[in-house]
Amino acid sequence: MSLDQMSSLYREVVLDHAQHPHHRGSLGPDSLHFTLENPTCGDVIDVSAQVKDGTIAAVEFSGDGCTISQASASMMTVALTHQPVAKARQLILSFSKMITGEKISATDEQALGDASLLASVAEFPARIKCATLAWHALDELLQKEEA
Amino acid sequence: MSWPINEIRADFPILDQRINEERLAYLDNAATMQSPLPVTRAVDAYYATTHSNVHRGVYTLSNQATAAYEGARQKVATFLNAASANDIVFTRSTTESLNLVACGFGDLVVHAGDEIVISVAEHHSNLIPWQQLAARAGATLKYIELKTDGTFDMTSAAAQITSKTKIVAVAQVGNVMGAINPVTALAQMAHQVGAYLVVDGAQAVSHLPVDVQQLDADFYAFSGHKMGAPTGIGVLYGKPALLEQMDPVQYGGEMISQVTRTTATWKAAPLKFEAGTPNISGAIGLGAAIDYLQQYGLANIQTYEHELMASLLPQLLALPGVTVYGPTDPALRGGVVAFNIDGLHPHDAATGLDLLGVEVRAGHHCAQPLMQDLGVSATARASVALYNNQTDIDQLIDGIKQVKEFFLHESRSNE
Repeated sequence: MSLDQMSSLYREVVLDHAQHPHHRGSLGPDSLHFTLENPTCGDVIDVSAQVKDGTIAAVEFSGDGCTISQASASMMTVALTHQPVAKARQLILSFSKMITGEKISATDEQALGDASLLASVAEFPARIKCATLAWHALDELLQKEEA
Repeated sequence: MSWPINEIRADFPILDQRINEERLAYLDNAATMQSPLPVTRAVDAYYATTHSNVHRGVYTLSNQATAAYEGARQKVATFLNAASANDIVFTRSTTESLNLVACGFGDLVVHAGDEIVISVAEHHSNLIPWQQLAARAGATLKYIELKTDGTFDMTSAAAQITSKTKIVAVAQVGNVMGAINPVTALAQMAHQVGAYLVVDGAQAVSHLPVDVQQLDADFYAFSGHKMGAPTGIGVLYGKPALLEQMDPVQYGGEMISQVTRTTATWKAAPLKFEAGTPNISGAIGLGAAIDYLQQYGLANIQTYEHELMASLLPQLLALPGVTVYGPTDPALRGGVVAFNIDGLHPHDAATGLDLLGVEVRAGHHCAQPLMQDLGVSATARASVALYNNQTDIDQLIDGIKQVKEFFLHESRSNE
């Protein structure tokens, strides 16, 4: 196989998110933080969020990682800003399902926006953890917020 | 000598397959080496003809299994040039061997205020057991620093190894930097201050001749699977007086001499360290792997792998936008080379190479303190074995070029 198959994983939109990430940074001390590490590669991602009236008012991420983890984090911040916490957590679950090759609803696919392009990660099992790192961090953060 | 590469590759049928529709170039030998047919056949034959438990039956099969198991121990002793098979303890892995020394021996000789010296390039398996021992004992863990070329800074070693040092523990060949480390010199420095030298041989055993007496290592640990044996079998060599002194850390069957309701005594080494039914087939597989490597000769294997590295290293160094870690002189190296493509995470690089049939490792290689020193979170790593050939090297170099081109092109069209 040539590198053609790479194009299904590294679409232009994915590379664009990795090179010009959205919401890259760290929200102030009044926000919630959660840091997660991918133990296989040592990449660390910190996600910070502000929740107001049960809705994600802002979410940012920092940390270095591979193209997939950076693009995925950027796509996540775009998809989940302004989402109610419960809806966001449900979309995180849908994203996890999609990335492991499960079919998800057209509505969720639409709500995930650019992130839905990462469905092809399912063909690269070794990269699933890269794609889900930021999402798991945000989910942990929201779980703490809900508790 | 001309290397019988076709004959050797025929013994490793796993190499003759397509990965992602491409020719397989297996270059992750530092993680695990493939097993040759004589090894898998030896394990099959054991299960087909000899399997039974060792050291306890009075019947013929058990005696045969015991003879095969103890025969493997003798092969390991000869392979390492140990004085006696009794100096060879079978374990699960390098990791288990190092933990056994740290707990069984370290706890005896390291006390509050003492020091343990390792290098910053150690694999976590030769780092965390000492970190934990230091914490248990109230001792200090100190680090030998590296020079910029990835070799040990011996001035740093001389400064770190003091009269307070009780244990010095280093890899013979680094699993990231790939450097062949000056173990003999470190043994002298350690012994001068009354400390013991523990050597992690995981990346050395299938790549160069090892002589534990010449190295003057007090302990030497390695894994079978890094030299073509099955997974789950490892070795700890120890000087006989030290093994005698050392405490077992696991208790149970086979390791005891006599048990009463309130007390127990142990057999002599090595059996006192082998509680429970051991990995008999693994040991027999390891014996077969040793026979296999010795049939070609470790010095010859080292020469051949050195030729491969002498081809690979300059080509890697010549690629623009590629950073190579460790010595640039192949003479200072084993068969391991870590590298990064500038601006590209090694996971992305390894995914691309995998699609081209080239299997390399990407990650922190269980050496996070070293990664922190290098200022990276991860690297790619290629590593050779006696069955790799020039085509594998060409495929890797060509693959790196293609992966670079892919990402450069995609980013250009993205601007």
